[in-house]
Amino acid sequence: MKSRTIKVNYLARVEGEGALYVKIKNTTVVDVKLKIFEPPRFFEAFLRGRAFTEAPDITARICGICPIAYQMSAVHAMEDALDVVVDGQLRALRRLIYCGEWIESHSLHVYMLHAPDFLGYESAIHMARDYPEIVQRGLQLKKVGNEIVTHLGGREIHPINVRVGGFYKVPTKQELKPLAERLKWARNAAFETVRWTATLPFPEFEQDYEFVALQHPEEYPFNEGRLVSNKGLDIAVRDYDDYFVEEHVPHSNALHSVLKEQGSDNLTGRLYLVGPLARYNLNFHRLSPLAQDAARSAGLSPVCRNPFQSIIVRSVEILYACDEALRLIQEYEPPEKPAVEVQPRAATGYGCTEAPRGILYHRYRIDDDGTILDAKIVPPTSQNQKIIERDLYQFVSKNIELPKQKLTQQCEQTIRNYDPCISCATHFLKLNIEQE
Amino acid sequence: MESQIPNFESPILLIGIGNKYRSDDGIGLEIACRLKALNLPGIKVMEETGEGTTLLEAWKGIDRVILFDAICSGAMPGTIYRFDAHNQSIPAKFFHYSTHALGISEAIELARALHQLPTYLIVYGIEGKNFTAGLGFSSEVEAAAQEVVKHVLRELQPFLLQKMCSKNLT
Repeated sequence: MKSRTIKVNYLARVEGEGALYVKIKNTTVVDVKLKIFEPPRFFEAFLRGRAFTEAPDITARICGICPIAYQMSAVHAMEDALDVVVDGQLRALRRLIYCGEWIESHSLHVYMLHAPDFLGYESAIHMARDYPEIVQRGLQLKKVGNEIVTHLGGREIHPINVRVGGFYKVPTKQELKPLAERLKWARNAAFETVRWTATLPFPEFEQDYEFVALQHPEEYPFNEGRLVSNKGLDIAVRDYDDYFVEEHVPHSNALHSVLKEQGSDNLTGRLYLVGPLARYNLNFHRLSPLAQDAARSAGLSPVCRNPFQSIIVRSVEILYACDEALRLIQEYEPPEKPAVEVQPRAATGYGCTEAPRGILYHRYRIDDDGTILDAKIVPPTSQNQKIIERDLYQFVSKNIELPKQKLTQQCEQTIRNYDPCISCATHFLKLNIEQE
Repeated sequence: MESQIPNFESPILLIGIGNKYRSDDGIGLEIACRLKALNLPGIKVMEETGEGTTLLEAWKGIDRVILFDAICSGAMPGTIYRFDAHNQSIPAKFFHYSTHALGISEAIELARALHQLPTYLIVYGIEGKNFTAGLGFSSEVEAAAQEVVKHVLRELQPFLLQKMCSKNLT
C-alpha cells in the first residue's frame, strides 16, 4: 500500500493559525482537513459590555483587508435593533465606500495572489520581473479602491468615519470629483483586467454548488437584501440563525457553517459557497450592462461553476464596483445631516452584508442603555471552509497522478480560489498532503 | 552595525505594523506610537496592518523609511532584528506570508523588482511570544520595545540635530 503526505507551510505572521492536511492512500484521497483559527470569537467576547456605538470601530479591527465589511454589518445590525432606516444619499455613500473595499480587496487578490498561480510564478514578485506593467496596473487599481475608502472612511486602514446611523462627516460634491476622474481610469483598467484574466489557463473543474448570497430586487448586493440560494433558500437576514448552523469539528477550533436541513434534527447540514462566485451566479442580471457585457465578451456565461474562474468573476466585480462608484458619485447630493439620530433600546439586531469574500453576518443583543450583552459574528471564510475541503477532495482525487510538487501547488491554488481571509479566519496556513 | 541615515531634506517616515488586538503582534504599532508622542521634527509616523501593497503606496516618494513589526521566527522572545533592505533580502519566514496578502518581505522584494524601494529602508523586527487574541505585551517584548525606541532615537540623532539647527537659524 502506498500513501503519501504533501506538506506546504505558509508561514504567516500571527493573526491566526490554520492548516490544511490531505491524506492519500494508493490512489484514493482518504482525508482532507482544513483547520482555521477565528479571531471573531475573541471579538465577540470583547464586544460584551461595550457601547453599541463602538461596534463598527471595534469590529473593523478584525480585518485589515475588509474593515468596511465589518463596519457595514455592524451598523446594519445595530440599526435593525434600533429600528432605524438609513436611506437616500447616506445609503448611497455606504454603497460607495463598499465599492472602494471591493476594488481594493479584489485587485489585491487577482493581481498579487491568484494570477501568479495561473501564470506559473511563485509569487507576484517573480511575476513583476516579467510583467511589470500588469503588476503596476493591479497596484494602481487597488490604489483607487484605497482612495475611496480613505476619502469616505477617514483613513484607509481601520476607517473611523462610519457610525451607527450614517457617518461622522460626509463629503461635499466637489470633494468627490477627483475620485470620479480616477475611477474613469480604473473602469478601463478593470475592463482590461476582465479580458486579461479570461485568457488564463483554467483546469476543468465544474462543481455542483449551493451558492448563497444576498439578493436585492434592484441592485447587485452590497448592504441589503434577502439571503437566497440556487437550491431554494430565500430568507430574511434576521432568520439566519434558524437556517444556518455552526458545527464544531474535532480537527479545528473554528466552527464550520452549514445549512440546516429544514424539518430535520440532522445537523450535518448542507455545504454551501459564499463569495464572488455565489453573488455572480445569483445576481448576474443586477450587474451593470457594462459589467454584463464584459463578462459575456470574456466568455463567461451567467452561470459559472468553476471556482478557478473566480478570478474572472472578481475582475467583473471590480469593473462593476468602478461603474457603480461612478454612478453614485455622479448622482451624489450631500445629505442634510451626516447621520440619522439613534436612541438605544433593549433589542436584538441582525445584519448581513457582502464582504469581498462573501456574506458576513453580525447579531447583537443590547440593553436599554445600548450596552452590548451578546454578539455573534460569522465571517465568510469560516462559511467556506467545508466547501474548500470538498473542492480539495475532488481536485486531488481527479489529479492524483500529478507529481507531488505540482499537486501541492495546485492545492494552494484551489484554496486561493476562495481568497481565504488571514485576519478574519486564518493567517498561519500550513498545507500538508500525506500519502502512505 | 548600521548604515547612516543620509542627510536629505525630505521627512523620515516611521511605519508601525501589526494588530493591537493580537497581543505582541501590536508591538510595531506601539513603538511607532511612542515615537510619535515625542513630536520629533521632520518625522512622519504611520500605522499599517502590514499588507504589502499598501506599504508600497505609503512610502512612495519618500527617501527614508523605518518599519517596526513583530516577528515569529522561533528565536527567543524579545530578540531584536534590524535589516537594511538595500543590503539584504528580508527572510520571508520572519514576516507573514499567506494565501491572502503580501507580507513585508514580499512588499520589499516587489518594490525592488519595480524599482520602488526607498533609498534608505530599515526594518526592525521584534520576536514576539504571545500572538493570541488580546491586549498588552509580554514582558520580554515590552523590554525590547524600549530598547528599539532608544536605538531609533540614536539612529535619528544626526537628522534631528540638523533639523533643530536649521530651525534655530531661521
